Amino acid sequence: MFALNILLAIAWTALTNNLSWFNLLSGFALGYVILYFASEGGLTERPTYIIRVIKAFGFTLFFIKELIVSNFKLMAEVLTPTHYMKPGVVAIPLDAKTDFEITLLANLITLTPGTLSLEVSPDRKYLYIHAMYVDTEDLDGFRNKIKQDFEKRLLEVMRDEP
Amino acid sequence: MRDFLIILLLIFGTFLSMVSVLGILRLPDILMRLQAMSKASTLGITCTVAGMAVYFGSVEISIRALFVVTFLFLTSPILAHLIARSAYRSQVPLWKGTVCDELRDKIKEHPQS
Repeated sequence: MFALNILLAIAWTALTNNLSWFNLLSGFALGYVILYFASEGGLTERPTYIIRVIKAFGFTLFFIKELIVSNFKLMAEVLTPTHYMKPGVVAIPLDAKTDFEITLLANLITLTPGTLSLEVSPDRKYLYIHAMYVDTEDLDGFRNKIKQDFEKRLLEVMRDEP
Repeated sequence: MRDFLIILLLIFGTFLSMVSVLGILRLPDILMRLQAMSKASTLGITCTVAGMAVYFGSVEISIRALFVVTFLFLTSPILAHLIARSAYRSQVPLWKGTVCDELRDKIKEHPQS
């Protein structure tokens, strides 16, 4: 479905004879609308692709926001004279199963505020991350936050059924 | 307006790269230094490349900029991960303020895996 949408966008760009980012994007949006109406199951039953595009878009926005927040946090830590960090290594239980999902999750964790993925356990049940601000009283809360914020959203985009 | 955007992107990108260097110098242990390196330099280079794409404004250059950013986002975390993993396994001491460590005992159980 995604390939079809890209193809429609390229066809639109070629037919309107105007190669620019704006035109390519409007071609993509138009192709998306066409697929929305032409997809099997009519208007009541949407195939997963239609929903996943919306989720992927939201996820990208969320990721950009997290990336910028992480940079400002780091900047504050580096540029002020005192260190407020409470670093620690924490194990996060994994729901992601395939190599691709785990790789994406690990990359995502590295790029988001205060966390760096360190190691995957040999049985792929845990991901060990190094975090800058760990509250030792509430380790489970910290684990849950990572799972809810990143893993759940990522898997929603990656997998067919939620 | 466009000049202003270019200047803003370039200054912010350079500033972030500088923060990343300062972070490598100032933070106390290797894992935190890697955090500084992987985050600040990624967004720093992204901003610089985006400034370049806006400056030239052509599709050809923009596609190249998009590729640069994509590969950067794929490779930079992997680089940080590999360095962090090997540093941790060769028992580089962590900062004295480290509050918890759940991996040390696991590695003792399976040193080769």
